[in-house]
Amino acid sequence: MAGNGDTILRVEHLTMRFGGLVAVDDLSFEARQGNITALIGPNGAGKTTVFNCITGFYKPSEGRIGLRHGDASVWGELETLTDSGKRRLARAHGTLYQLERMPEYLVTQQARVARTFQNIRLFPGMTVLENLLVAQHNRLMLASGYTLFGILGFPSYATAERAAIEKARLWLERIGLLSRADDSAGDLPYGAQRRLEIARAMCTDPLLLCLDEPAAGLNPRESAELNALLLAIRDEHAISILLIEHDMSVVMEISDHVVVLDYGVKIADGESEAVRNDPKVIAAYLGVADEDVAKVEAEVGL
Amino acid sequence: MADGAPNQRVDMARALRDAGFTALLAFGLFLPLIGFQTVTNIRNDLILTTRWPLLFAIVAVVGAGRLAFSLVFEPWLKQRTLRPVAAAPAGWRAVFAKWFTPFAIGFVIVYPPLVVALNGFGGAVKWIDNFGIQILIYVMLGWGLNIVVGLAGLLDLGYVAFYAVGAYSYALLAKTFGLAFWLLLPLAGILSSFWGILLGFPVLRLRGDYLAIVTLAFGEIIRIVIINWVDLTNGYAGITGIPRPTFFGIPFNADDDGFAAVFGLEFSPLYRVIFLYYVILALALLTAFVTVRLRRLPVGRAWEALREDEIACRSLGINTTNTKLTAFAMGAMFAGFAGSFFATRQGFISPESFTFLESATILSIVVLGGMGSQIGVAIAAIAMIGGTEIMRELDFLKQIFGPTFDPTQYRMLLFGFAMVLIMIWRPRGLIATREPSVFLKERKSISADLINEGHG
Repeated sequence: MAGNGDTILRVEHLTMRFGGLVAVDDLSFEARQGNITALIGPNGAGKTTVFNCITGFYKPSEGRIGLRHGDASVWGELETLTDSGKRRLARAHGTLYQLERMPEYLVTQQARVARTFQNIRLFPGMTVLENLLVAQHNRLMLASGYTLFGILGFPSYATAERAAIEKARLWLERIGLLSRADDSAGDLPYGAQRRLEIARAMCTDPLLLCLDEPAAGLNPRESAELNALLLAIRDEHAISILLIEHDMSVVMEISDHVVVLDYGVKIADGESEAVRNDPKVIAAYLGVADEDVAKVEAEVGL
Repeated sequence: MADGAPNQRVDMARALRDAGFTALLAFGLFLPLIGFQTVTNIRNDLILTTRWPLLFAIVAVVGAGRLAFSLVFEPWLKQRTLRPVAAAPAGWRAVFAKWFTPFAIGFVIVYPPLVVALNGFGGAVKWIDNFGIQILIYVMLGWGLNIVVGLAGLLDLGYVAFYAVGAYSYALLAKTFGLAFWLLLPLAGILSSFWGILLGFPVLRLRGDYLAIVTLAFGEIIRIVIINWVDLTNGYAGITGIPRPTFFGIPFNADDDGFAAVFGLEFSPLYRVIFLYYVILALALLTAFVTVRLRRLPVGRAWEALREDEIACRSLGINTTNTKLTAFAMGAMFAGFAGSFFATRQGFISPESFTFLESATILSIVVLGGMGSQIGVAIAAIAMIGGTEIMRELDFLKQIFGPTFDPTQYRMLLFGFAMVLIMIWRPRGLIATREPSVFLKERKSISADLINEGHG
């Protein structure tokens, strides 16, 4: 498993306990670069907890979460990084991060992992454009000389802001919200808010995009548009996507790889086709005992 | 509510019942308060007298008021809500929005000469000092607190602490080392923002009510330290003889090298007042300018984003710790400026000037004005502080209510009443809409119900 060619994210023996409750139990999986990896499972399986651990919102009780930038050969140094006790290890050909050691804002800022939320978290009182500019905070902060040059009105900031607006414009065009750029984000319909949240995450320039149920509450047409958007993000920007999803049409159509969780334990891991036919997965989703699986399979036409 | 017509007919029986019930309530309430009165008679005994006519007059007024409310006001209100909202003419609004700020700035600049021309040298001091300077100090404090409360959404009930730090920094440094005002002004700002950061650290994890309580305590701690550190601050007695401002080295006094003599004018205390007016005007405009700039910078957007959703902020790689601390530091810095100005203007400071009531006044200016709105805060400051001063001028009321009537005593009552009314009609403050900091095609104001108030 170690040093697997195109792995970008490696979750190893991840365990998260809340008091006596084990939300995630000894979970290990990998996400490959340029792939869409889906994390599925029934409600309460611990999927969002895994996300919160990866993106630094939770400190895992145990386990290691490695992420690489640059060349895959840098994975060979993972043990060195772990032993050093540091957050990152930079080599000429690539950089390794240990995400469980980083606070959430550095996971986005340095390790370049962006995320969206299950219950949309936009800035409703700010315009659509402002939402996308807030996402480019760190670059703009640098350009404004940590506010000092910006206050004095140096042109470097104006240039950087124009570039940021241009980038926001491109994304708005992409998600079909250009005409609503100056409306407040809270005024948008639900599906548009979902797309805007994805665009906002993309504006942080991520290498790994984590989407928590992006298709929840979307109608079939919006769901299809979302699929197209995610595939485009993967193909054009060479970005790896990790996604939690309940909508099987989204999962099966676009994921390259599926990991199934149930009660915090991984019950299946593989190509979407293989996972779909896994009796354990069917049992977990439909809630039947193992011996009844054949009957259920027949009923649902598998 | 099925069909409108029968409901709109005034229900006389219900109105009378309500009025009677209200009158009964008023009778029960005012009987002990007004109906009975204890007076000392000539032998110094306490005797109980009754005031039935006054009591029944008040009960009648309350009952009639309730009747009028049910018969006239309620139908009118219902009609009003049923009527479609007439959109304000867009052109008029745009013109107003465009010209209001330049006009207001122009007015405050020509205000002193205008007042002098209208009232003469003697009468102008009151208008420039009590109205001009006093209001501008609060406008500046309101704008400073607006950064913390309005933009970053961090409820700060101890803002006056930074005002006190600024005032005492100036007073002590100027008295001890004889440093000049223009040197100590930035220094007082730096010291205040240092205390702002010091307050910021422990409260970073607190939100909402808890944040409010800790900031309230911080304000009191600073005041109590000032009271008790007698060696340094002279405790309750305060600091006297704080150096007064000079016109770039020329003092405002009646000496031969004083301002009036140097410029060949007749001596008048008005020159110092006018100078102070322009100093605080410049400071207030600086606050406004910096705030407007900051809102368009990433740090300002991060403040507003923090108010809207802190978790989302963190997911976008924003260091919320630094963002909160800069908000506290910036807000405190402007309070420090205002504080050092206050010290040089008064020439005397004591802990009395930095009580919780001051924090509450500044906070209510921000809340009444509309959190985040510069113009709203300025209007609220004029109404609140100018209103207080106007109370002193209402001497004609003495002819109505008798010579013992002191209108300033009713200040708090009237403010409480005004605040209740504003919170009913404009629950999010006078100017509740938010102007976006940047736009692609057109600037559209954002309605108040979409804007979060922040949760600390």
